[in-house]
Order: sequence, then C-alpha cells, then structure tokens
Amino acid sequence: MTNNAGLMGFVHRRRRGAELFLLVLALVVGIGAYASVGLGVDGEVPANLIGYGSWLAALAVVAHIAIRFVAPYADPVLLPVVTALNGLGLAVLHRLDLAEETSNASKQLMWMTLGVALFVGALLVIRDHRQLGRYTYTMGLVAIGFLVLPMLPVIGNEVNGARIWVRLGPLGFQPGEVAKVLLVLAFAGYLVVHRDALALAGRRLLFIDLPRGRDLGPIVAMWLISLCILVLQKDLGSSLLFFGLFLVMLYVSTERPGWLFVGAIMFLCGAVAAYFFVGHVTERVDIWLHPFADARGDGYQLVQSLYGFAWGGLIGQGLGEGIPYRIPEAQNDFIMAAVGEELGLTAVIAVLLLYGLIVERALRTALICRDGLGKLIAMGLGSVIAIQVFVVVGGVTRLVPLTGLTTPFLSAGGSSLIANWVIVAILLRISDQARRPVPDLTEESGDPDEAQTQVVRVVDR
Amino acid sequence: MNKPIRAVSIFCLLLFVALMINATYLQFWAADDLNNRPDNARATEAAFSRERGDILVGRKAIATSVDSHDRYKYLRRYTEPYLYAPITGYLQLNSQTGLERSQNEILSGEDPRLFVNRLVDLVRNESNKGGNVSLTIDPDAQEAAYQSLEQAVGPDGEGAVVAIEPKTGKILAMTSYPTYNPNQLATHDFSAAGENYKRLSNDDHEPLLNRAIQTRLFPGSTFKMVTAAAALDTGLYTEDDMVPSGATYQPNGVGNVIDNEGRYQCDPAKVSFATAMEFSCNTAFARMAVELGEDRLRATAEAFGFNSDDYFDDLPATAESVFPTEDLEDTFVAQTGFGQYTVQATPLQMAMVAAAIANNGTLMKPKLIDEIQSADYETLQPFEPEELQHDAISPKAAEQVTDLMVDTVNSGTASPAAIPGVEVAGKTGTAQRGSGLPPYAWFTSFAPAGDAKVAVAVMIQSAPGKEIAGGLLGGPVAKAVMEAVLQ
Repeated sequence: MTNNAGLMGFVHRRRRGAELFLLVLALVVGIGAYASVGLGVDGEVPANLIGYGSWLAALAVVAHIAIRFVAPYADPVLLPVVTALNGLGLAVLHRLDLAEETSNASKQLMWMTLGVALFVGALLVIRDHRQLGRYTYTMGLVAIGFLVLPMLPVIGNEVNGARIWVRLGPLGFQPGEVAKVLLVLAFAGYLVVHRDALALAGRRLLFIDLPRGRDLGPIVAMWLISLCILVLQKDLGSSLLFFGLFLVMLYVSTERPGWLFVGAIMFLCGAVAAYFFVGHVTERVDIWLHPFADARGDGYQLVQSLYGFAWGGLIGQGLGEGIPYRIPEAQNDFIMAAVGEELGLTAVIAVLLLYGLIVERALRTALICRDGLGKLIAMGLGSVIAIQVFVVVGGVTRLVPLTGLTTPFLSAGGSSLIANWVIVAILLRISDQARRPVPDLTEESGDPDEAQTQVVRVVDR
Repeated sequence: MNKPIRAVSIFCLLLFVALMINATYLQFWAADDLNNRPDNARATEAAFSRERGDILVGRKAIATSVDSHDRYKYLRRYTEPYLYAPITGYLQLNSQTGLERSQNEILSGEDPRLFVNRLVDLVRNESNKGGNVSLTIDPDAQEAAYQSLEQAVGPDGEGAVVAIEPKTGKILAMTSYPTYNPNQLATHDFSAAGENYKRLSNDDHEPLLNRAIQTRLFPGSTFKMVTAAAALDTGLYTEDDMVPSGATYQPNGVGNVIDNEGRYQCDPAKVSFATAMEFSCNTAFARMAVELGEDRLRATAEAFGFNSDDYFDDLPATAESVFPTEDLEDTFVAQTGFGQYTVQATPLQMAMVAAAIANNGTLMKPKLIDEIQSADYETLQPFEPEELQHDAISPKAAEQVTDLMVDTVNSGTASPAAIPGVEVAGKTGTAQRGSGLPPYAWFTSFAPAGDAKVAVAVMIQSAPGKEIAGGLLGGPVAKAVMEAVLQ
C-alpha cells in the first residue's frame, strides 16, 4: 500500500458546524423549490409547506445529530449535498404529481424517511468499516441472489422492457439497487485479499502488463454475470454499471492498467455482440444514433427529453411553467430532463456539480483512508455514483445510448433512494475513520526493540 | 493504491466534464433548432396555456382567457358563442381558426409591438397577457343580422349577412348561419372537442363555414349593379336613357334563350333604365353586357374586387370572387350580365360593391379590426381607413346607380327593404342553379342613399320550406340590419 505519510501530518478537524451550515443551505434549496412549485403551478405557496419543510428539516437534523455522535470526524460535505439533491428531487416529483395527478412525492418522502432511518442505523451498526470485510462471500452470494430475483416467476416483473423489478403485492422493489452496494462490498473484500496474486504475475506486451491467463477467472466470471444480466434481464444499464465497477476496482486494487485493457476489450466484444444479437440493445443504439427517425414511436421518449432540455435553455421555464410531463417516465430515469426544462442549464450544471462533489468526496476519502478495504469500498462507491450518473444523464442527453438507470437521489423509487442513503452512510463511516487523528504511537522510544508492543484495538464482533 | 485512485478521479472528472459540455450544447447551442422542429409541441403548448388577449366588440369581450384548473393554465371562453363564432373562430392546441388564427401573434403576445409591454411585465413580475383586438362590429347590427337571418332561413336553412360602413370599410356585421359553439371545440377535454369537431364537420349544413367570406355563389341579379355601373361609368348609357330589353333574348341566335321569368314590365323592345333595374330585366342587362363586352364588364367587376384574393386580411381563408377571364361567346357574356354563367361572389364581395356605389364610387378596404391594444387597453395601432380602389367607378356613375337602386326600393322588386323616412337603395337577386334545384336569394342595399352609413349584403343559400325570392326573404334581413345601424 502506498504510504500515507504526507497526509498523516495533517490533522482533520471535525467540521460539524460547517456541515450544519451547509445543511441549512441544502434545506433552503429543497424547501424553496417545493414552495416555488406551488407558486408556479397554483399561484400560491403550498398549504402544507410548513409541515413538509419541518419534516424535511427534521430528517436532515436527525442525520446530522447521528453523525455528530457516532461519526464525528466524518466528511462534512456529503450529507448537505445529498440532502439538497433529495430535496430538489422531491420538489420536481411534486411538480410532476400536480400535472399527472400521481403521488410520487409523498411516497418518495416516506422512502426518504426510511432511507434516513437506515442511514442512521448503518452508522450505528457499522462502527468500523473493516467489519464489512468479514462477509465478503456472503454478500457476494446475496448480491447474486438479488440479481436473480427478478427472473423468478410470480414475483419477477417486467417494466418497460427490462426485467429488473420484484413485485410483492403493492410493493415494487428493484433488487439491483441493493445488489450494487453489496457487490462493491464483496468486490472490495475479495480484492483486498487476492490483490497480490492478481497484481504480481503477468507478462509485458507493448508497454502493457497483461495478467496471467489463470488469474483471469474472476474477471471472466464477472463478465459472464454482466452478460447474463444484459441478455436475460435486458438491463443494459446495470450490466454496464456492474462490469465497469468491477473493472475499476480491479485496476485500483492491483494498480495494473493491464486489467483495464483486458476489461475494455471484453466489454467491447460483449457490446458489439449484444448490438447484433440482443434486439433490445440494437433498438437502444438505433434510437441513440437516429432519435428523430421515429420521433413519435420508438424515439418519442428521448426526443421529448431533448425537447425538454432545449425548451429549458439557460435559465429554464421556471418550476411549474414548463411541460415536463410530456416526457414519459419523467419521474424516473428522465427526471434530469424535467430539471433541465424547468430550471435550465444552470440547474443541470449545479446538479452535476453536486454529483461530482459526492464522487470527489468519496475518492478523497479513499485517498486518505489508511486501510485497503476502506480505500476500495470508498473508491467503489464513488465509482458507482459516477458511472450511474454518467450512464443515466448521458442517456437522457443523448451522449450515450439510453440504458435505464435511476438518477441517484432524484428519481422516484424507494429501492434506489434507500440504497443511496446507505452508500452515503458507509462513505461517512469510512471518512470518519480516515479523518480521525491517528493515536500517537511514534514518540514512545527511538529504539523499536524497547518499544512496547503496539496495542491494536480488536474489532468487536 | 493511491496512484490508480487518482487516475480514477481524473477519469471521473472527464465523465462529468463530458456531461456538462453535452448539456451545454443541448441547452444552449442546439436549443433553437430543437425548439423549432415541427414536431416539437412545446412552443405550441406554451402558447396554448398562455393568457391570451381579449377579442372585443365595443367594451364587451367576446373571446377571453379564463383561469383553468387543469394542465393548461387558461381556457379560452367565448361569451356569445353562436353569434360571433364565424368571426372569432376557435382556439385549439395546434390549430386555430378565424381571428384566433389571423390575430394569433397579437392575442398570444408574440407580436413585436407588444415587446415593450412584455418587458415591463417581466420586470414587474406580472403575468404576460397577450394584446387585445377590438373589432369594428356594431353589436346591435350583428344581433339584428343574426336574428333576422335565422328567422328568414329557418332552423335548417343556410345563409350569411355582411354589413359595411361605406366611408371607412368598417365591417359592422358579419354573420353566417348555421353557426356553432366554439366553446365546445376549445374545451380542454380533447376527446369531447374531437367528438364535437367530428359532429360539426360531418354536418351537411357545414356550420364551421363562415359563409360571409368562404362561400361564393352566383350573385344573380345583384350583379346587375355591376353591369349597370359599367354601362354608366363607360358612358354607354345614362340613367335617363332607354335601354334595349324585350320578352326574350337569344344572343346571335344560339345558346340559351333568356327571359324575364314573368316580369311583363320588361317585355317592350326598349324600356327605361329605371324600369330595367326596378323589375330586374334579364333581357335588358344581357343585352347591355353584350354591348359592353366581357372586357369592360370584367374591368368594372375587378375594380370592385372580383378576381382578387388579397383585399381582406383580417380573417383567414377568404374565398376569391370570380368573373371569367377568358374570351367569351356572346351567349355567355349575356349571362354574366345578370350574374350567372361562371360569375361567383361571396357575400362580402357583394357588400363591397354596394358600399363602393354608396361611397361615391370609391371602394374602401374592408376591415374587421378596429384597434390593436395592449393588455392594458392602450392603443397600439388605431383604425385607419384605406382606399382599396379610388373611383372604382366615377362619382357620377355611382350617383346614377344609386338613383336606380333607390327607384328599385321605392317602386320595384326591392320594396321589402324600404324604411319609412329613410332613402334606401337596394337590389334583389335570385340566382338560378338549374336542374330543378331551388335558387339562391340575394339582397344588397345601403342607406341613407345620399350619405350612406351602412351597406348590406344578404345571401340565402337555402331556406327549406320557404319560397326563395331575394326581395321577400332577404329584404327584411337587410332592413333589420340597416335599421339597427341607423338607430
């Protein structure tokens, strides 16, 4: 592991006051947007503004207090950023509700409540992230189990062509969202143990260190799993997300770009084969290349999304003043188009910067973390957010083919929201560990032989 | 592991930069192109949602935007739907008709003249309501036209009335029967609107048609105004001359034989011009047309607006009134002389002929729009009369035609339009359709003859169960409208 000596000399402060201040700003965004929706649609401030605002503020304060008590050194930026995103998402959902007469916003607020509860729960239960390394294979198996769930008869459910839903009575659930967290933990646990074997052996070919054939097992396995998801569940987004995630984590743990090279080739082969042999993929790519060819049929959703962005322009039409409900699924994958239409490029860039901040904070945590497991988990979770945002926002803005993933913290959907709140909890836990001052052990004696045996705190089970 | 983590950071940075550049391209550079694509409904929907200006008759708004509590903010409401439907038209998503279409820029607020107001509204944070359009319509005349027309044609009949102020070209009344309720088409319940549209467009009586400007028919004997005007203007005859007539006339001995449908006053070989007009002698006007020749007749007709489709801008889809442009056999020239053969005119066109005669021979451009106003009723464009054709016929010829038409009311076929104490000039028309179909009835008149305040054209396309005759059916309608204006 690389030496952290350069960072060791610097002692992090807790910065909880800064977090509280930023939280107030985040709440101003969320509650202000909610009020603005009422003004734009009905011409008056929503009647339940105080109740709604208090509820949102209470959730933020609860999360903040939990951090103060159980993770006092945790990163102060993450919670305000996700609160702002979640609040903005609620306001946009509320705006779509008013137009479509749905009730996604109130459901989302309930899910957010549950998400914050799980967030606090995760911080309380996981007192040290190194605990997570003990359940590597269990979590891997559970993740695969989750991925298989939608394929099962009766509870499996196909929505908009992708079989990624589990439905139990009135409750819909996307197991993939939970699986992605478990997969990061499982990969991290596996790689931190096996990284040496994967890293050291290999041969050099054209400036690139290629791994040995026999070490290819895990990457091939993951590649096959991703392909299965793609072919069987027609879920292009998750497939890309899982494989990309695995690749990045493999590269970081082994420090060998050769893995990226091998992975990229495998991905390209898979992608090209999928384009030719999986109808769903062919269709998505064709829509991406020629969205206007069938603007009223297959291309309708993407074209409406593009029209929404264009109609928003630089500053947007104003909340309640646009027509985002013309975009099918505006409350899900296409919520960024609704943001773009009513709040303009300004807000799109702001939201992207907020996501960028989350990723940056996660990667920074990975940099300063003192153990390999924590580094890999933080880096993995940051990458998940980055890839997911890129794939879904790139999809709705026609940068890449549309793949169908939720927009973290913005899209309607309980499983996604909960999973993302847990991701933030884990990131905060790791950053709390990383930023906590190192116990002073170096000044005991100059002579190592006379030094007392270093006391290592055993992680309690 | 920090080196690859830094590499991953840079990679993530690139991903986000790519997203931002793409979003900027989409929302800034490509935005205009996307907004202007024909299948992009956003601009249309936004315009549909907007608070449009009012269409005003006097101080009354006949079309106005009211708050709507559905996905669109404002609903267009027509306060006197049946009376004004042919004028206002209706507003639908993606389609408008009538004034809603021709004045869309003003009503929606997109017109450049409203730019300053829009800017002020933006600064004051007030809603940007569109501009108002105030009409030249005289509400009493409009009401009289509608009621009397409905009475004349009966519930299953069809017809139209146009009244013009001769000196200015202001349209005082414009009505078409049957009509419809534009509120049923402007409703936000699109399926109901679709049903209503289907019902109205499948209706045999074509209620969606504005017959005053969109239906052109044989003008019949009312076209004798034009023939007389041509004869007097070119100096072929004066009003005091005797003109050739006779019981029948077969030009050059070929083609149809023209008779006078039993009006024995026309039988002498020569009758006075006044008699020919009073009793609407077909033979006299047929001979007059042949003497004039189709070129001179056409020249006069075109001076009144025939063969031109750009004299009326205020409503869309105005039909062009036609006079044949090719060289004609005499037998056909003879028929054009009393408004048959291929001569066809809209009610608006015949009202313009009457108005030009009433205005000393000068034809004013017909206008329906009095003023363009801002949302605060501030005048942006006042009414300005425009001459369409100075001296379409000479003032002297106009005076003579007027005299002949006054005689026609006082002691001829147009007597049903006589108003006690007012000198009325008028001409009837009963246009044959041939093959056993009932004829069309026309009536044109203006009053007071010396200093006309109103010129009217009444067209009755069908009136089931009634005897079709221009004087009997159309006369009372014209009289009612003139009285409403003169009072």
